[in-house]
Amino acid sequence: MTTGTLTAGRTRFRLPRKQIPVLATLALLLVMYGIGVSQYTAFSNVQVIFNVFIDNGFLLVVAVGMTFVILTGGIDLSVGSVVAMTAMVSAALLQDGMPAALVLVIALLIGPTLGLLMGCVIHFFEIQPFIVTLAGMFFARGMCTFISGASIPITDGFWTSMSQERIGNPQGNFVSISVLIAFVVVVIAAYTLAYTRLGRNVYAIGGNPQSALLMGLPVGRTRIAVYTISGLCSAIGGILLSFYTLSGAPLIGVGMELDVIAAVVIGGTVLTGGAGYVFGTVLGVLVLGVIQTLITFDGSLNSWWTKIVIGGLLFAFILLQRLIGIRYK
Amino acid sequence: MNDTMSRYRTMTGHRLFWPAAVLFVMLAANTIYRPGFLSIELKDGHLYGTPIDILRLSAPLILVALGMTLVISTGGIDLSVGSLCAISGAIACMYISKQPDQNSVGVVVTALAMALGVSLVLGAWNGVLVAVIGIQPIIATLILMVAGRGLAQLITEGQIITINSEPYRAIGLGHALTLPLAIFIALAAALLVAAFTRRTALGMIIESVGGNAMASRLAGIRSGRVIFLVYVISAACAAVAGFMMTANVSSADGNAAGLWVELDAILAVVIGGTSLAGGRFFLSGTIIGALIIQTLTTTVYAMDISPQTSLLFKAVVVIAVCLIQAPAFRARFSRRRRNAPPPATIADKPKEQVPA
Repeated sequence: MTTGTLTAGRTRFRLPRKQIPVLATLALLLVMYGIGVSQYTAFSNVQVIFNVFIDNGFLLVVAVGMTFVILTGGIDLSVGSVVAMTAMVSAALLQDGMPAALVLVIALLIGPTLGLLMGCVIHFFEIQPFIVTLAGMFFARGMCTFISGASIPITDGFWTSMSQERIGNPQGNFVSISVLIAFVVVVIAAYTLAYTRLGRNVYAIGGNPQSALLMGLPVGRTRIAVYTISGLCSAIGGILLSFYTLSGAPLIGVGMELDVIAAVVIGGTVLTGGAGYVFGTVLGVLVLGVIQTLITFDGSLNSWWTKIVIGGLLFAFILLQRLIGIRYK
Repeated sequence: MNDTMSRYRTMTGHRLFWPAAVLFVMLAANTIYRPGFLSIELKDGHLYGTPIDILRLSAPLILVALGMTLVISTGGIDLSVGSLCAISGAIACMYISKQPDQNSVGVVVTALAMALGVSLVLGAWNGVLVAVIGIQPIIATLILMVAGRGLAQLITEGQIITINSEPYRAIGLGHALTLPLAIFIALAAALLVAAFTRRTALGMIIESVGGNAMASRLAGIRSGRVIFLVYVISAACAAVAGFMMTANVSSADGNAAGLWVELDAILAVVIGGTSLAGGRFFLSGTIIGALIIQTLTTTVYAMDISPQTSLLFKAVVVIAVCLIQAPAFRARFSRRRRNAPPPATIADKPKEQVPA
């Protein structure tokens, strides 16, 4: 990188190396969208894009939380279960006639609390994040069925109005409130990572925890914070999901953690930590969303092709990251 | 007094003590709850009873966990085993279902060979990604975990393939010498792996690669090849486990076969005292770990709690076992103990016994 700045002539056309994975994802997204538009006339409708956001708003929020964790070099397997648990708890409490505002507060507190606990265990007892969050995943999933074995419908006025409210233009294109909430989360997260002390600490720890500690950065506090943030994002994701489905189902979001990790990796965040952007994660989620839309539009392809394509894309992106890594090392 | 104390310390310090104690406590609690729990009876020349059931049902998990132990001891992880179980089961069942005579032993052997071959290729794919291209194991195997489920469904065309083949069914439900065949298969695999790793230098080589791949390479060990090998072994173990799972129900379901078995296997390995950081492995611990998980599942079923809620118990057991074994937790615990009356010699004892 320094050689690039020294030879002034070459810098102008050179792609910044850190952004290459993100740019590759962006290019891929555009190509896929292009294929969709060229194949299906209805695909060019703006509402298709909006629908991708509406259908994946909760995934986006959860993926943003996961980005924090992965940036520190950790992993959080509990997100899918925490999403389900949040939706389940809100549905159960609403069914008991608790006021919506109180339910929101309680539901939003559960995820971060679990995240905080997991972060503390990871930091203080030095157990691998993989195992701790796996236990968290089992715990949250178990809680779901403990609350109720069957899905609970939500009939609360606030929830239904949040679910049905359409914000749109006269042509009939609209987004749901969930999408706006997801955008707010994304903007706050991007700001936090790029411009605050916490954000810089996250990158520093992901880059090298030892150096971060020697530099006097609060490694423990930051590490606990990222799991709490991930828990909070999962909780928000759970609320958005309950807006979307208007119910709490014990088996919803099974395997969501894999989609989320895949989205983060496709978005260019390196699993060893230290490099990546929230914007990349947004693109990663969009790539997954557009794949699903393409497969729905095609109609003849079966849902398992989604999995195979996602697997193939994961491979391509990791290979790309790896090649870039080798070239510049 | 001092002698019994130190003997107690060496016993609790043994790496298998806590996993075995947990298993024992669970069995004891079961027996108290349901006095007939440990009874075994002989019917038609076969042994029946809950302990036999636990052993039989834990056989696939033991197999997967054995392969996982080797992978984890090199500092890696293999998330794709569940998908591999589904793929191997799907291929075998698909081939058998297409044959006119499903009961022919030749057909079943061909099916098994084909499925095993494909699994070895997929294991080699994992191995190449990790050892040659140098992708992080967790993400390299995540690719096959996600795509593999799709492949399994592609093979079965999204259907549940039902077969009617006695020889294939025997893998899961057959009996030999009054005991279920599955137990012998798992035992044979365990002995085979143990013989190859503990009676030859292979085990030590694997551990050295897990400790420091670069240093072992400089010391003359072909680290890449060893890492490649463990992923292939893991895939082979997963394939056999896949046969058992599908044979148990005489059908292959690309979606549900071996779902989350990778997580159970990793738990079994960790409960058994093998560190996820690599460098050491304990096959006996892994087997006890797998038995703990299966006993827990059986217990919860017997108590009429839904399978999903059983995850709550699993979470508690996992965290408890991991905390007991965590060096940091032990250090904290023993520090508190040191402040109390007993002499200071206790303090450094637990440190040596902690698995590296």
